[in-house]
Amino acid sequence: MSDTTITTPVLQLTDVRKQYGSDGVTTHVLHGISLTLQQGEFTALIGPSGSGKSTLLNIIGLLEPPTEGSLVMQGYETGTMHEDGLTRLRGQSIGFVFQFHHLIPSFTALENVMMPLMLEQGRQTPLQRVRAAGLLERVGLAGRMDFKPGKLSGGQQQRVAIARALAANPPLILADEPTGNLDTAAADEIFKLLYEVNQESGTTFLVVTHDPRLAKRCSRIIELVDGRIVS
Amino acid sequence: MRIEWLLALRFLREGRAQTFFMLGGVVMGVGVIVFLTSLITGLQRSIIEKTLGTQAHLVMRPPDDEARRIIKPDSSLAVSANIERRGQRLRSILQWQQTMRELEARPEVTAVSPLVSGPSFAVRGTATKSVALMGIDQERYTRIVPMSSYMKEGEFRISASNAAIGTDLARDLGASIGDKIRLQTADGRNETITVAGIFDVGVRDLNRRWVFITLRSAQNLLDLVGGVSSIDVTVRDLFKAELISERLAAQTGLTAESWMKTNAQLMVGLRSQNASSYLIQFFVILSVAFGIASVLIVSVIQKSREVGILRAMGCSRRRILRIFLLQGGMVGLVGSLFGCGVGALLVTFFAKTALNPDGTPIFPVVLELRMFLVAAGVATVTGIFSAAAPAVRAARLDPVAAIRNV
Ligand SMILES: Nc1ncnc2c1ncn2[C@@H]1O[C@H](COP(=O)(O)OP(=O)(O)OP(=O)(O)O)[C@@H](O)[C@H]1O
Ligand SMILES: [Mg+2]
Repeated sequence: MSDTTITTPVLQLTDVRKQYGSDGVTTHVLHGISLTLQQGEFTALIGPSGSGKSTLLNIIGLLEPPTEGSLVMQGYETGTMHEDGLTRLRGQSIGFVFQFHHLIPSFTALENVMMPLMLEQGRQTPLQRVRAAGLLERVGLAGRMDFKPGKLSGGQQQRVAIARALAANPPLILADEPTGNLDTAAADEIFKLLYEVNQESGTTFLVVTHDPRLAKRCSRIIELVDGRIVS
Repeated sequence: MRIEWLLALRFLREGRAQTFFMLGGVVMGVGVIVFLTSLITGLQRSIIEKTLGTQAHLVMRPPDDEARRIIKPDSSLAVSANIERRGQRLRSILQWQQTMRELEARPEVTAVSPLVSGPSFAVRGTATKSVALMGIDQERYTRIVPMSSYMKEGEFRISASNAAIGTDLARDLGASIGDKIRLQTADGRNETITVAGIFDVGVRDLNRRWVFITLRSAQNLLDLVGGVSSIDVTVRDLFKAELISERLAAQTGLTAESWMKTNAQLMVGLRSQNASSYLIQFFVILSVAFGIASVLIVSVIQKSREVGILRAMGCSRRRILRIFLLQGGMVGLVGSLFGCGVGALLVTFFAKTALNPDGTPIFPVVLELRMFLVAAGVATVTGIFSAAAPAVRAARLDPVAAIRNV
C-alpha cells in the first residue's frame, strides 16, 4: 500500500468478483473490484441500473460472500470467517440504511433505534433507551419516539433508519439509495443529515445514489459500470 | 427482558389472527385431553375401588400339592401321568403365624389377615341356605376390607357367639339382629351363632353367602384346628400387587394370587381403555402440532423482511431460530393453561349433569394437579417441536433476498 496513514482502513477490497448461478448460465456481476475506504470518508457509489451497486454493497455489508477476492473489514480478513463471526462483525462494524426504510413494524421508532444495541447486548436496558432517544432527537424526531413506523412519513421513517444505523456506533454505514423514494426536498434533507453525521462523528459512509446532484456533494465518487470501477 | 423473548412476544402480538388460531387449537386440544383423562381416571379409579372393596390385594394359599405322577417303573405301557388335585378336604397353611409375621415385616406390605373359609349351611327354622364361612380375626380383617362401613344394621363385632351376615342372606332366612342361626357342615359339625350385624358389600352374591365368624369357630366347623386356609395381604402400591405376589410366592413357597390376576378381565378392559385413550390423545396432539406448524410457516414467510433486517443488524441464525421456537412454546404454554381451565370446566359441568337417580355423579371425575402439569408440559413441548420446521426455515432465510424483495 502506498497509503501513508497509520490507521488501518475501514474497508479494503482486493479484486472482488461476483457471479451468480453455477450450472450453465452464470451471470458475472462484479469483475475485479479493488477499493479502500478510509475512516471518515463520505463516498458516493453511482452507476447505471444493473451495474452491480447493490451487489457490491451487500458484499461489503457481509450479507453475501464474494465469489473471488478478499475483503478486509477493520483489519479482519473475512474470507476465512464463519457465519457466526461474520454476523458478529456485521453487528459491530456496519450500519445499514436501505431504500425502503426496513423498520420493524411492531416496534416503536425508539425501539427500532434500540434494536442493534439490544441485539448486541442480548437484552433491553435503560441506557439503550437514553442513547436511542438522543439519536432520534439528533435526526429531528424527538416528538415521534413512540410512534410505530406505520404512522410516520417516508422521510421520517428514513430518519429513524439513519438513527438506527448509528445506534451501535459502527465505523461504516452503508446506504443503498437512501433517498430513492423521497421527493427532492426530503431527499436533500436526508442527504444533509447523513453528511452532518459524517462530519460530527467521523463515521465512514458509502452511499449508493442515482442523483448526480447529490453525488457531487460527496467527498469522493466511485462510478460502477458493468461491474467495473471506471473512476 | 431477553431480546429473543421480546421479539417473539411482539411477533405473536402483531400476528393477532394467526396467534389466535394457534392458541385456539391448543386450547381445544388440551381441553379435550384434560376432559378425557379426568373422566377415564375417575371411572377407572371408582371401578378399582369397588372391586377392591371386598378383596385383598393378594391372597396367599397353601401350595397345590398336585402333580403326583403315578408311574409304574416296570410298566411296559405308555407312561400315564395322572395329575390330580387332592380331594375336597381343606388344606391348611403350615406355620401360618410364622408366615404372617414374615409378611408383616416387609415394607411393601401394609396389612395381613388370616382367613379360614369353607362351605357350610345356614339353618333357621325350615330355611336352609348354602353359605361361605369366613373365619376371621376381626381387627386384622377390617384393615383389609372395611366391613364396618358396609353395616346396614347392628355392628361388625365378631365373637364366639356373635356373627355378621349379608342383607340377602338375612332376608332369605328371615333373620334380623339378635336372631339365632345354626351353622352346619356336611360332615355334621354344627354351631349356633347370633346375628350381631347385617352388611351390604354391594355385591349380591357375597351378601347372600358370606357369614363372618371367629377364626376358632371356623376352624372347629371346618375341621381345620390350628390352621388357616389363606392369608389376605394388602400392599402399599396396589398396581404392584402382581409383581409382589410373584415374589412372595417364591419366598414363602405358598401360592399367591393378586387382585389383578383374580380380576384379569377387568384389567384387560382397563388396559384397552387406556390404550385407546392414549391413541386419541396422541392424534389430538399431532393435529394441534400440525396446526401450529402450518400457521407459523405462513408467519415466517410474512416476516421474512423483518428477519432479513434483524440478520443484517447482527442477529445470529441461532437467535432467529430461538425466536420462532419460543413463539411455538409460548403458544403451547398459554394455550394449555386456558385449555386446562376449559377441560376442567367441561368435566365438572358434565359430572354435575350426569347423575345417578340417587343424586351421586355417574362419573366421579378426578382433577389432579399432576394431570394439569403434564398437559401443560406436553403442550409446551409440542409447541416448541411444531415450531421447529418454521424456525429452521426462518433461520435459513437469505437476508439479501429478504431485503431485496420489498
Ligand atoms: N441473486 C441473483 N441472481 C442472479 N443475478 C443477480 C442476483 N442478484 C443480482 N443479480 C444481477 O446482478 C446485476 C446487478 O444487480 P444489482 O442489484 O447489484 O444492480 P444495481 O446496480 O443495484 O441496480 P439498481 O440501480 O437498479 O438498483 C443485475 O443484472 C442483476 O440481475
Ligand atoms: Mg440497487
